[in-house]
Amino acid sequence: MYAQKEHTLAQLQKGVRADGRKLDEFRKITIDADSVATAEGGARVTCGDTHVIAGVKMALGTPYPDTPDSGVLMVNVELLPMSNPEYEPGPPSIDSIETSRVIDRGIRESHAFDSKSLCVTAGEQVWIVNVDICPVNADGNLIDIGGLAAVAAIKSAKFPEVEDGKVNYKKLSKKPLKLEHVPIPITVVKIGDVLVVDPTYDEWSVADARLTATTIEDGRLCSLQKGGDVPLTIDEVNTIVDLAVKKGKELRKLL
Amino acid sequence: MAYKKRYDGRGFNDTRPIEATAGVIKNADGSAHFKIGKTEAYAAVYGPRSLHPRFMQDPKKGVLRCFYGMMPFSGAGDRVRPGPNRRSKELCLVIQKALMPVLDLSAYPNAVVDLFIDFPQTDAGTRCAAICAASIALADAGFPMRDMVTAVSLGKVEDKMVIDLDYQEEAHEDGDVADIPLAMVPSTGEITLLQADGFFTADDLKGGLADIQPVVEEIAEQMRAAVRARYEG
Amino acid sequence: MTESTVLVKDKTVVAPGQALANGMEFFPGPGTYREGDTIRANQIGMLTVDGKVLKTTPLAGRYTPKVDDVVIGRVEDILMSGWRIDFNCPYSAVLPLQDATTDFIKKGADLTEYFELDDFVACKITQVTSQNLIDVSMKGPGLRKLKGGQFLRVNSAKVPRLIGRKGSMVSMLKDATGCQIVVGQNGVVWLNGENEALAVTMVQRIENEAHIPGLTEKIKTTLEKETGKKIDMAAIQEEERKQFEERKSFERKSFERKRFDRKPRFNKPRQKAFKK
Repeated sequence: MYAQKEHTLAQLQKGVRADGRKLDEFRKITIDADSVATAEGGARVTCGDTHVIAGVKMALGTPYPDTPDSGVLMVNVELLPMSNPEYEPGPPSIDSIETSRVIDRGIRESHAFDSKSLCVTAGEQVWIVNVDICPVNADGNLIDIGGLAAVAAIKSAKFPEVEDGKVNYKKLSKKPLKLEHVPIPITVVKIGDVLVVDPTYDEWSVADARLTATTIEDGRLCSLQKGGDVPLTIDEVNTIVDLAVKKGKELRKLL
Repeated sequence: MAYKKRYDGRGFNDTRPIEATAGVIKNADGSAHFKIGKTEAYAAVYGPRSLHPRFMQDPKKGVLRCFYGMMPFSGAGDRVRPGPNRRSKELCLVIQKALMPVLDLSAYPNAVVDLFIDFPQTDAGTRCAAICAASIALADAGFPMRDMVTAVSLGKVEDKMVIDLDYQEEAHEDGDVADIPLAMVPSTGEITLLQADGFFTADDLKGGLADIQPVVEEIAEQMRAAVRARYEG
Repeated sequence: MTESTVLVKDKTVVAPGQALANGMEFFPGPGTYREGDTIRANQIGMLTVDGKVLKTTPLAGRYTPKVDDVVIGRVEDILMSGWRIDFNCPYSAVLPLQDATTDFIKKGADLTEYFELDDFVACKITQVTSQNLIDVSMKGPGLRKLKGGQFLRVNSAKVPRLIGRKGSMVSMLKDATGCQIVVGQNGVVWLNGENEALAVTMVQRIENEAHIPGLTEKIKTTLEKETGKKIDMAAIQEEERKQFEERKSFERKSFERKRFDRKPRFNKPRQKAFKK
């Protein structure tokens, strides 16, 4: 409470974090995959006190006219007011939209799905994959944990049965939603001149800038997003990108 | 036709298995996780905190605001669009009315207590689960309340009165189905919520209500145990 | 009438609506109520059976402001002649000019010289109205601006344990860690010093284990192990006693001052009562 920037910074410069972690250390992560009974795929992920639930819902719909044989992926983050006293009920806040977009872009640009495999009849009917991410307790780093939950949920998803052109949600087929790549977003925040991985909400709220880098399993980057009011130097960007590759590998092992 | 055996094999007066836990959301002042069968609710209480806009304030006592939401993937069918709708708004209202008779907010004039209830998965009976979760969260937050309001649904499937319908029973096609959710102050038997959908006779209702208090008390005791467990260390 | 019985053991945790005793021989105290023949709890709390009276000590709940409590707050607004203080409570407090400093402040002066937005203060509640309008004061020993350091939020029901009997727990922490520590009754704790991390873990441990008997001894052992220093409880108690004396003498003085203030300064003629 009452997160104080000067104090947090002074401690960080000594290499001390409020919860005793190293600057590049994640909190303990648990993943409970395929744990949402009503969804086609789901995952509950905790990282320290951050707890999110991700669910995959699949529907049949018409494709976009410019990509008639591609399925549609939509990632959405709901910053539920239940999960943090700062979040308010009402239409999606700009933070929730940015978080959604960053996770969405990471998955989309990694070509995690073969989008052709989501096509039923070209130009007429394709699968629409909705991935929704809801925090239960939001204690910082929702992009990384949300992204991890989304991937875990997609990994556990199965197509529902189709009967007479309609989806029968009561029956799931054995056919999984095949993942070609595993994109993992890693966000590094800059507080003063210190770079920190997996920020808690207190650290997040005093951060000057951040960079989210999404990597796939061979270490290639597929999306970036810089946030915050303060610029980053080239050196800082280089360090962050290296960290993202390293941490991405660690997190991918948990899946 | 007669309804001889329930779809999931439990007795006509049995609820589905219940799990209740208090204090699951660290950021909140009080919180709960309540699961009955496959219906699962999280409740979080924030406050008392200052209330704006000013015209909503009550100078005599604190205001309880309820928010009911289904996570987009929590429905058995299509994706649920996030955000409030007519159904969820009505539920917020009846949940608030169900809880207020036991809750004493007189120490917090002009302030608000926010109660958020969200469902990761549902299988009928959400308003009852919402009320139970809310009661645990409010008790966990330390508010003075004379009892923990407990809710369960009565129901009629064909000729049988049953307790705690699940989705399969609600969708039962051969014959009448009625769903009668109710909330009760367990110690006194006062009813604080009563709604119904479907056909049933006055005698059905009277018979159902006559036997419901022990069931409610049993659920309430599980809820109280959940709150106690949080503080017993 | 049936025989009166207590249904729950002394010193156990009870939840709202739980039956505590049957019969008319027992009486409901704070945190309990009577419903017909039964006494029930109306709050999550620890039960105490005090002769024929049943009462509970609350285990949770937001802080409710009380006069004479020392609280830690943040300056959230600057008013015409004072400051608005937010202190982890649904109601904010006002710190009037005359209770903030003894300096003479000219009308229209820049108040940020004294307290700036987002400054933190340890202050004392002087007045609470029925609608929870609250006044605080900075006059008193230990009341001051808190610079640097970090703030922790603890359950305000656990604050008495954190302070300890006559301040023994918090004094021991200060002595062992060498940190400055201020505990606000509103559940905000300020810590500042080299060995902050240890102090923070200790505060959190005391909060989590508040109900365990013999906690002071356990904390003492851990502190001695961590710092490699012996803790002399007698010296701490002596120090605490001195501070207590200081506080008492301040209160006595301010009481006398108030009494002096109340004397009429001029011999105003008394207003005559209206005749009927």
